[in-house]
Amino acid sequence: MSILINESSRIIVQGITGRDGRFHTEKMKAYKTKIVGGTSPGKGGTEVLGIPVFNTVYQAVEETAADTSIIFVPAKMAADAIMEAADAGIQLIIYITEGIPTLDVVKAQRFVKMKGATLLGPNCPGLISPGKSMVGILPTHIFQKGNVGVISRSGTLTYEVVYQLTTNGMGQSSAVGMGGDPVTGLYFIELLQMLQDDPETEAIVFIGEIGGNAEEQAAEFITKNVTKPVVAFIAGQYAPPGKQMGHAGAIVAGGAGSAKDKVAALERAGIKVAKEPSAIPGLLKELLKK
Amino acid sequence: MKIHEYQAKDFFKSFGIPIFDYIVCKTPEEAVAAYNTLGINDVVVKAQVLTGGRGKAGGVKLAHNAEEVRKHAADILALTIKEYPVEKIIVTQASTILKEFYASYTIDRNTKSVILIISAEGGIDIEEVAAKTPEKILTFSIDPFVGVPDYLARKFAFTLVSEPHQVTQLAGILKDLYQLFIEKDASLAEINPLVIDGDGNLKALDAKMTFDDNALFRHPDVLELFEPTPEERVEADAKSKGFSYVHLDGSIGCMVNGAGLAMGTVDVIHLYGGTPANFLDIGGSSNPQKIIDAMTLLLNDKSVKVVLINIFGGITRCDDVANGLIKAFQQVETNIPVVVRLTGTNEKEGREILKDTDFIVAESMEQAIQSAVAKCRA
Repeated sequence: MSILINESSRIIVQGITGRDGRFHTEKMKAYKTKIVGGTSPGKGGTEVLGIPVFNTVYQAVEETAADTSIIFVPAKMAADAIMEAADAGIQLIIYITEGIPTLDVVKAQRFVKMKGATLLGPNCPGLISPGKSMVGILPTHIFQKGNVGVISRSGTLTYEVVYQLTTNGMGQSSAVGMGGDPVTGLYFIELLQMLQDDPETEAIVFIGEIGGNAEEQAAEFITKNVTKPVVAFIAGQYAPPGKQMGHAGAIVAGGAGSAKDKVAALERAGIKVAKEPSAIPGLLKELLKK
Repeated sequence: MKIHEYQAKDFFKSFGIPIFDYIVCKTPEEAVAAYNTLGINDVVVKAQVLTGGRGKAGGVKLAHNAEEVRKHAADILALTIKEYPVEKIIVTQASTILKEFYASYTIDRNTKSVILIISAEGGIDIEEVAAKTPEKILTFSIDPFVGVPDYLARKFAFTLVSEPHQVTQLAGILKDLYQLFIEKDASLAEINPLVIDGDGNLKALDAKMTFDDNALFRHPDVLELFEPTPEERVEADAKSKGFSYVHLDGSIGCMVNGAGLAMGTVDVIHLYGGTPANFLDIGGSSNPQKIIDAMTLLLNDKSVKVVLINIFGGITRCDDVANGLIKAFQQVETNIPVVVRLTGTNEKEGREILKDTDFIVAESMEQAIQSAVAKCRA
């Protein structure tokens, strides 16, 4: 078991003929991710890295029985690509690129929900179930199969934390980036539920950051629904109010969304919060001993 | 991106939301001329600055004759409100206020939708109302595929007014404001206060709008209103080079790949007793030009005493980054110590390349930050 994807996930790449699409398809393929097709309007019938290219997601789904799509089309066309995937019957849609207008995300994610599908991202690194499948742009070599589930709003901070875990002999069951935009498809609470239900996951690391209240909601959710040990890290302790810290969603606005509030909410819920990424493995080991 | 009240009022007007006419002025003389042009007795002189709290700072004043207009205009134009010098004011009709409401559309992360926030308590800080008397605030989540049709607008309007013509007016305003919000990709469209004037009509006395930076590419009319502060200018220039930059007040200049890691770097510098000069996410690339641009940006800040380069090589290979650094520093002249942390793909090769150079090479983020903090103190 793992969450969202596994070795039998059938994946298509929307925008496979673009520079990023092609580059990351190669990396995913090298990890033995089952890429069954790609799309690029007007380039149907061709192949990229031996993978058949289709004009539409509808065709791709019909021909390959794909259930998952990773999208590399530019931000301007993002909402359309996401909605095409959902309409064509794709169940899990992963959108990597940053810079989508928020109202486009609002619309696309609502459509995805109406179709009964799931959106991960935008502005996310994707996800990995080590040893099984990687759908995204994650550097696979730092991951190791194991029992820690990692969920995060940031890509590189995930890599940093996973690197610390792996070098301390703590492998991962799944690692998922939910994305750094103000509105994204999956939030922490949905992912926490999946990790709680996943028999391969023994402990959870979650990496939050300033902006919004996803971390506060997560704290409340963990108190009520998560029995597995959880360690958190919150980035942006020293972010000046009103400034966007790289991610569109990382902003302390109107006094809300500060790291201090988030850490306080987590600590009130009895969750261990690491002061720096390198402290995470130690905190986890302590909790797992109990 | 923020715009001024008068600019938001221009948008209001073109979308049919009722406002009082105004004239923008830059001098007390212009204000007096504006007063004469408007030809009404009672006016308000209002500072136009890209920040809130104008009233409390003395930036909004009533005037009843030309002399008062001149005096208030001079006083307000001499103000600096929260670091923003007042360079523009508007002169506009003072309204009799029978009732004050609050209305805004914004994006709500929790419902993943646009929400309408309305309150019968207008004119004051809505965050204060929300904190003290949340029951006085009503919020409605808007379905993007439905929008605000007449039946919803009426439902919303009836929560605040009951006079038939006022319900019609308010419903119209709520529809128009939503249309404006959507068409211009706003992140906030706020009327505070929305009043019933002496004639029993609804009017937007104030107007506030902010816009989604990610959508500015499709709104040149909004983008041309961009009035950056010197700090925002530096940030915007950095953005055009593919960087995310935020100036902070410390002495360790940082260059990091990835927003989360960059935020984490700023935090850990503080944890170890140092002070970061900036937040800088250079994205994932080993392109020497990018490093040159980033170094130039960091070295323009004269308070930078040490540069810390924190690279987690994921997709980017560390040996490429190391070669990029060497190429870049052939073109950057500086005596400032540079600490480099390289971890990830081909990290050993990367560190080997930097071995006999002036770079101070660290293996972990903690080690790099400790060494940058120590160098800063030395």
